[in-house]
Amino acid sequence: MTEIVEILLSASFWAAVLRIASPLIFATMGELICERAGVLNLGIEGIMVMGAFAGWMAVYAGLGLWPGVLFALLAGMAFGAVHAVLTVPFGLSQHVVGLGITLLATSSTYYAYRLSLPEVTSPPRIEPFQPLEWPLLERIPVVGEALAAQTALTWLAFAVVVVVALVLYRTPLGLALRAAGENPQAVESQGLSVTAIRMGAVIAGSGLMAVGGAFLTMSAFSSFFFEMVNGRGWICIALVVFGAWKPGKALLGALLFAGFDALQIRLQQTGLGQIVPYQVFLMIPYVLSILALVLMSRRAEVPAALMTPFNRGDR
Amino acid sequence: MTHEDGAQDTVLRLTGITKRFGALTANDDISFGLARGEVVALLGENGAGKTTLMNILFGHYTADAGTVEVFGRALPPGQPGAALAAGVGMVHQHFTLADNLTVLENILLGTRPLWAPGLGRAAARQRVAQLSRDFGLAVHPDARVGALSVGERQRVEILKALYRDARILILDEPTAVLTPQETEALFETLRRAVAQGLSVIFISHKLHEVTAISSRVLVLRHGRLVGEVATARTDRHRLAEMMVGAEISAPAPSVARPGAVLLELDGVETEAQGNATGLRGVNLALRAGQITGLAGVSGNGQGALADLLSGLAAPSAGRMTLGGAEVADWSPRAAVAAGIGRIPEDRHRTGTIADFTLTENAVLESYARQPVSRRGWMDRAEARRRAEAIIAAYDVRCPGPETRIRLLSGGNMQKLILGRVLEAAPSIILANQPVRGLDIGAVTYVQERLIAARDAGAAVLLISEDLDEVLALSDEIRVISEGRLSPAFPRGSRSPAELGQWMAGHGFDDAA
Repeated sequence: MTEIVEILLSASFWAAVLRIASPLIFATMGELICERAGVLNLGIEGIMVMGAFAGWMAVYAGLGLWPGVLFALLAGMAFGAVHAVLTVPFGLSQHVVGLGITLLATSSTYYAYRLSLPEVTSPPRIEPFQPLEWPLLERIPVVGEALAAQTALTWLAFAVVVVVALVLYRTPLGLALRAAGENPQAVESQGLSVTAIRMGAVIAGSGLMAVGGAFLTMSAFSSFFFEMVNGRGWICIALVVFGAWKPGKALLGALLFAGFDALQIRLQQTGLGQIVPYQVFLMIPYVLSILALVLMSRRAEVPAALMTPFNRGDR
Repeated sequence: MTHEDGAQDTVLRLTGITKRFGALTANDDISFGLARGEVVALLGENGAGKTTLMNILFGHYTADAGTVEVFGRALPPGQPGAALAAGVGMVHQHFTLADNLTVLENILLGTRPLWAPGLGRAAARQRVAQLSRDFGLAVHPDARVGALSVGERQRVEILKALYRDARILILDEPTAVLTPQETEALFETLRRAVAQGLSVIFISHKLHEVTAISSRVLVLRHGRLVGEVATARTDRHRLAEMMVGAEISAPAPSVARPGAVLLELDGVETEAQGNATGLRGVNLALRAGQITGLAGVSGNGQGALADLLSGLAAPSAGRMTLGGAEVADWSPRAAVAAGIGRIPEDRHRTGTIADFTLTENAVLESYARQPVSRRGWMDRAEARRRAEAIIAAYDVRCPGPETRIRLLSGGNMQKLILGRVLEAAPSIILANQPVRGLDIGAVTYVQERLIAARDAGAAVLLISEDLDEVLALSDEIRVISEGRLSPAFPRGSRSPAELGQWMAGHGFDDAA
């Protein structure tokens, strides 16, 4: 018990929570935008893999870190555009298209990797984002130390939450987006294009997912390997539900999941780790997430038109 | 003001509008004009093409031929945005509101450029409050639309149009979902709007509303404009004739010749389901060749009785006998097998499967048996033959048997259900609100078919909240109140006022 308290009071724990949460936050916000507009984007897992590769490769090829992030963003938007064309104007099954995009993005990443680095056995490292310098912040115990350990991308993740919330709730664009996911007829009858709004949301959201992937190679680690996304995309889909399709709550969910994850790694080192098999610890974040999901999402309001294609002139 | 006032007052003109859906011509060369400050009623049966015409005017559909002019300028086809900008506002029959947004947000949707930095809520709130006062449309701007009543939602829809400075207001079946008080409030709002120079197109199939609010009536039938008349120079009877194209008369059933008791309930009780009343000690005998009408205020156990007869619920006490034998295992399938034909209350939810074709819906109760299925394989050709027979015999207007049933109007959907039930030659027919929401032509048709089934020897239980309908059709009347059933009253033995006393719950204890 005292060991858990010790962990919770350590700066390194909280620094890890923020670091683990960051890619989840980017991708969750991306998925949330898509779903609020009425499109389930199951391409998320593949787009994150691809984003991780694209950002890392851009830096390796000589672009700077920020141009690398931008490159990942654009690459994500490109895959998002494919998803959007298939699901919105063509109205194809969002499940099938999403899984297809995940397979396509993952395998094209593999292909691109083999093409660009044909003779490499272990992937090269890049110089990743470094923690920002905060002379004063560092002196605040625990909280300050944890914040000071973060890179600019983590700060950007939190800024994205604020921007997404502001756009959703305070602008005509956000209003139209929320309405498109609830009752596209309402949008159509006000002379707006449901197709344009939904496609825009999927493309922008996919861009954010790719940046979430890029965080892994450009901030958390300094290299690319294929298993690194490791189901984070699927977690983000659950986080959107956990957050009841609201940015603030989804952020909370991402932090909570990251908290469980950071905790279980540290618990493995404690006395408990000697008795309990480490696989049990690995399960903790998922089990607790399922529990939290059950508790939180029972009264959540699903966007009413989620996964319902909209065709003009249909009766 | 009427349309004779001269061309410069014409705010809207439709010329030669034609629209086809597959083989069905929904609108056939329709032309008319609308003057400033007038209410024109667009009258027609379900499926006559009223909604299609208005959807073309508003830009939801693109017409195959014809033009729309607003204030002298041609509207580009298929662009709701252009219609809105030209001053046309439409209140759809199925509201186009987003439930997750507030009233104010719904009104603001689409009113500012998408890339504008803010919503301008404060100014909008004032403007909405002003409009609410001016037009008598009370609704709280910060309420979530999902929590509003149907009447309030309609007010939001009207406010949406007014907020955008609509000069022409189209209301598609606005009263279908309203209580009489709400309807009166709506009419008051429309009168105020007209007084301020707006023009209104009012779509309805309810004659008394049309005569109450409009100055001119346009009648559509089978997609054609068949009549145009000043409201002051006509009456309901003549409008009804124009609508259905023939002299109509309420069916007057001949004297019944009751036969054997086919179904008997003896002291039957059922469990209450949530808020729905259960049955309490119900005794009932349904005889061959007789229509038993069940009158009562909605929610007094009609649902429980209907569920019992259709096999959805079993008695918790008492005896239920069918053709002399006591019923043991009771299920919907047993009910169908026992020859009970069921016309359910909600044709959309329980009567049909919306995304199935007419063919599939036509065999919903017979698909698993001969001759539609043999050795576990369905004979689609046979199913289709059955659907085609029903479509022909019951005048179901549709593009064809492979159409999804959701595309049909309510009346045509009901005719298909009626055909499905009657073609199985049931010995007992449960008709729960069989004509609710239907237009006159369809009402008369359904009622005549039920009488014909009675004359052929079926026992009919007619459940209706419309006392006039019960009085007109029933050979004997029962009143239901709080799950209890009154004694049987033969035709003509009780006045509406006396039945009203029973409906209010008086008399049961004396009779018991």
